[in-house]
Amino acid sequence: MEQFVSNFGLLLEFPVVNLKIVLDGIMIGALFALAAYGLALVWGVMNVKNLAQGDFVIGGGYICWWLTQMGVPALVGVPVAFILMAGIGWIIYILMIRPILDRDLFTTLLATFGLAIIMAQLLNLLFGSDTQSVDLGYDTLYFLDGFIDVPIAKLLGVLMAGALALGVILFMKFSRMGQAIRATAQDARAARVLGINTDKVYAFTWSLNAAICGAAGAIIVMVWVIQPFYGITHSIRAFVIVTAAGLGNLPGVIAAGLGIGVLEQYGAHIFGIGYQQAIAVILLLLVLIYRLSQQRRVRQSLR
Amino acid sequence: MSKKFYLYSALIAFIIVAPFAFPDFKTQLATVWLMIIVALTWDMTGGQMGYNSLGNITFYGTGMYVAAVVAIALVYDVGEYNNAFGGGIYVFTSQQYFLGLILGMVAAGVFCSLIAVVIGFITFGLRGPYFAIGTLGVAIAAGELVSNWDWVGGGQGISLPVFPGDYDVGKVMFYFLFAGTGVILFVFAKWLYSTRFGAAINAIRDDEEKAEAMGIHTLQYKLAAWAIAAFFVGVAGAISAFQLIHFEPLETAYQTINLGIFMVVCVLLGGAGTLWGPVVGAILFHVFKEVTWNYLLGWQWVALGALIVVTVVYFQGGVVGWVMDKFPQWFGLSRVAEDVSEDEQS
Repeated sequence: MEQFVSNFGLLLEFPVVNLKIVLDGIMIGALFALAAYGLALVWGVMNVKNLAQGDFVIGGGYICWWLTQMGVPALVGVPVAFILMAGIGWIIYILMIRPILDRDLFTTLLATFGLAIIMAQLLNLLFGSDTQSVDLGYDTLYFLDGFIDVPIAKLLGVLMAGALALGVILFMKFSRMGQAIRATAQDARAARVLGINTDKVYAFTWSLNAAICGAAGAIIVMVWVIQPFYGITHSIRAFVIVTAAGLGNLPGVIAAGLGIGVLEQYGAHIFGIGYQQAIAVILLLLVLIYRLSQQRRVRQSLR
Repeated sequence: MSKKFYLYSALIAFIIVAPFAFPDFKTQLATVWLMIIVALTWDMTGGQMGYNSLGNITFYGTGMYVAAVVAIALVYDVGEYNNAFGGGIYVFTSQQYFLGLILGMVAAGVFCSLIAVVIGFITFGLRGPYFAIGTLGVAIAAGELVSNWDWVGGGQGISLPVFPGDYDVGKVMFYFLFAGTGVILFVFAKWLYSTRFGAAINAIRDDEEKAEAMGIHTLQYKLAAWAIAAFFVGVAGAISAFQLIHFEPLETAYQTINLGIFMVVCVLLGGAGTLWGPVVGAILFHVFKEVTWNYLLGWQWVALGALIVVTVVYFQGGVVGWVMDKFPQWFGLSRVAEDVSEDEQS
């Protein structure tokens, strides 16, 4: 307890530490927002709540890590992870998502939880349970007498995440398929009547989500660490962000993603790194309780 | 003396004889009973009330910790005991052991009921998948917080005294503790589902708004059902704590992705919303788990995950649901009743 107080005091004593924490939080939060955007996509379009979201992220990370072990430059790993995870996502859609699309939501939740267990175990069997990361070998920039350090690798990660997000947004806005996806999200039946092949749209949405997660994971392995069983925490973060921001609210997803990144960094600073997973989960509970209290005001429940 | 009387007598006789007939499988049989208990209690809220919790494991872990703390606190200072890490010598007489076991079981059950009411008060406003994710969050958070709490041993967990007396006698005792709890729970659930209470929670599952409009105070019923479920899970956790002797927070007590998800799969495999479904599912699941553990070393988790996916995606009615569908006359159901139950499932 004393340690928590002294850690908190440190923040007030040296305001520049806050700046460092916020910067770190934003750099990692950008990647959370990317995975959460994928979740909001499948949630909004297909009404599937995907608990394997984090395992797609970790899967993409391991693809990138394995490529660097083979001697391929790490930056090539990002597009490769994007493409490979899209293919894996398509197979998963055919095998297990299509049969449960019209079932109740708990079914999809439990089925994707089973998928999360399978993926985490397969990664564990293939690559071992050690934490892994890829060192890009770039320098670190220092500002304000070395109080603030910004590794160029992290900066690059944020830039790539931004570029990917921009690409997806432009795709959703202007391409034929993007328009079909948005139409299906609005009213699947009307879209079918107007000649949109919704089955194809669902398959494409699902594999696009897997691909976005894969690319996010490939960036995460360069700026942070991955481990086969870290998936569930990433899934929970994605749920926190989407629950807080609501569906189809892109600025909200970005803001919530950056926010949870910053809050997690503060939590890790005050309570220690041992509480990292607990902080993500408690944020989820806080968001749920807040949304619930809002709904109670109009005598509704959160569904 | 009806046919049913002979059937139940034969079952009771089998339950009593089983640990002596299969002496090598005493611990396995006890674990089957543990699975039956957690599956039946999960079905109480999940299958019968329509609130699919992924966080019932919170009560199992909390039950373990409450029982251990009570048993230790009767004799020693808890913080000191847990921070000794085998350095000190702590002796429990057999009288202290059994007193701790019994008080621990009761305290664990009561305490878990209380926290079920508290957690339920917050989370029962959530519906469907939000409730599942919210309770999963509660379970993970509880595990993480306990593993950072040094007074109860932190990440190292707690060691309890071993059974005073013969090792084999201890195994038989734990079997009968689990079996007794399981039988009491089964009889209690059978009675409960036949009362007005059972009808009320089924009404909540089918349409909560209408149930409330009919004058059922839904929140009270939901809290009561969850508190009953939590009581039995807490007792089962307390017995597990003494059976396992040593347990640690994340892998044994708050084992979210092990037992926490297994209980759901047991119910779905057997058939949710039926009395026998969780029992059948728990036995089948445990056999499947042990077979894969033995023959698919390393791949057992993949096989279990695949079982979850296959059960959920392709076989959601479960074994009992499937039998009901094929032979409705065995359950006193007519064809018309079968059509109604199909409507409910869709």
